[in-house]
Amino acid sequence: MEFFYILMPIAGVKIFWPGLVILGLGVGVIGGFFGMGGAWMITPGLNILGFPMAFAIGTDIAHMAGKSLVSTMRHGKFGNVDYKLGVIMIIGTVGGFEIGAQMIMWFERIGKVDLYVRYMYLVLLALIAWMVFADVAKRKRKDREALAAGRELDKLATGLEWSKTLHKIKIPPMMHFKEAQIYCSAWLPIFISFATGWLAGILGIGGGLIRMPALIYFVGCPTHVAVGTDLFEVMISGLYGAGTYTYKGRTELFAAMIMLVGASIGAQMGTVATKYIKGYGIRIAFGLCVVGCFLSILLKMMAKWIPAWGGLFDGSATVLILGMVSTMSLYIAIRMIIGAKAEVAAKKAAKAQVSVAS
Amino acid sequence: MRKLWTKIMGLGVMAVLLLPEMVMAAAGKAELLVIVADTRKFTGWEAWWTNLYNESHIWFAVVTVVTIPIVGVILGVLADIVMSRIGIDLKSRELAEH
Repeated sequence: MEFFYILMPIAGVKIFWPGLVILGLGVGVIGGFFGMGGAWMITPGLNILGFPMAFAIGTDIAHMAGKSLVSTMRHGKFGNVDYKLGVIMIIGTVGGFEIGAQMIMWFERIGKVDLYVRYMYLVLLALIAWMVFADVAKRKRKDREALAAGRELDKLATGLEWSKTLHKIKIPPMMHFKEAQIYCSAWLPIFISFATGWLAGILGIGGGLIRMPALIYFVGCPTHVAVGTDLFEVMISGLYGAGTYTYKGRTELFAAMIMLVGASIGAQMGTVATKYIKGYGIRIAFGLCVVGCFLSILLKMMAKWIPAWGGLFDGSATVLILGMVSTMSLYIAIRMIIGAKAEVAAKKAAKAQVSVAS
Repeated sequence: MRKLWTKIMGLGVMAVLLLPEMVMAAAGKAELLVIVADTRKFTGWEAWWTNLYNESHIWFAVVTVVTIPIVGVILGVLADIVMSRIGIDLKSRELAEH
């Protein structure tokens, strides 16, 4: 059994290394598929494996940067990354993040940080979940109406179309984003990234969870491009975060590398799965993840409200998060394998047909 | 004009140096306690690594930030090779919705 444990040089704790590979693999699949860093899933996982909290955050960010790089490379080849949009959004994200960070320090000074942040997080998650499922319901309604009228709905049609209204605001400079296939004022992505960066700064999260739906519903990106472009942003902020956390001595690079082995495979699987699961499939799965995240935070809050049951609620929150990560990554991996099998079989059949014809 | 450029460059360098310190406020500042790695338990590269951590956090951070993308690219390329061998088309996808 000793073989499965490894002593971490900096943190000085013995860690079950297959656990790191599995954690990296699971979160890699989810990250590559949804375009998120997934800190809200990894940090508790690392903590459970035995990392002190101070090292869990830094190590998570370091591995996130590498994982997002792998996913961005793959998404880039699929044409899912709008680099121009990503670079423009960095301006807003950094500005918004800094203001959010200053606000959180102000909340800390008046001593209400926990209360405001937790409630705000809950409201935000509820809003995102509502947005996703309202969009899905509206798309289905459009589909039904089209069928009743005896025509087929355009396969590129969407439910909520707020972005189309926002595209009508023509404040110069107007810009064309080729991969995202949108033409809008440059101020729209800057403003949206500023708002999502501000929220991320206040909540102390990477921001992928907020930015990905914002790219879809407000900027008007197709789901796949939103995922890819968001990962590009996560990669840059991850490298930056890894630098600052490591400078403070809170990163266990050795653990991040072990996780990266699993994450690089998982990230590729998650990214390739976006080929086989259509845009609305991704949106629904993302909505379910947000609901799971909402419930886990609610359980954490209940642990504080009812201290006698605190252990039970805290444990349930962890089980819920890890259970959700396992189930979702397994679902994505299975769909990817089924899709890849079908693609390979179709290619073989086409080859066989060609050889028979010749 | 030259003076102006010197000023701009100076401000740019200062922003790069100071910005991480300011932005780090967001994710909750890392506690101000010094953690020292125990080098006695290690030999070889592990001993070098722990010594680097104890001696210079700057170099430790530089090596970490350089290592992550390099390892990421290597693992990404390896995974690419495996996936292409399976026969998956890794260069195109069908547009699903807009």
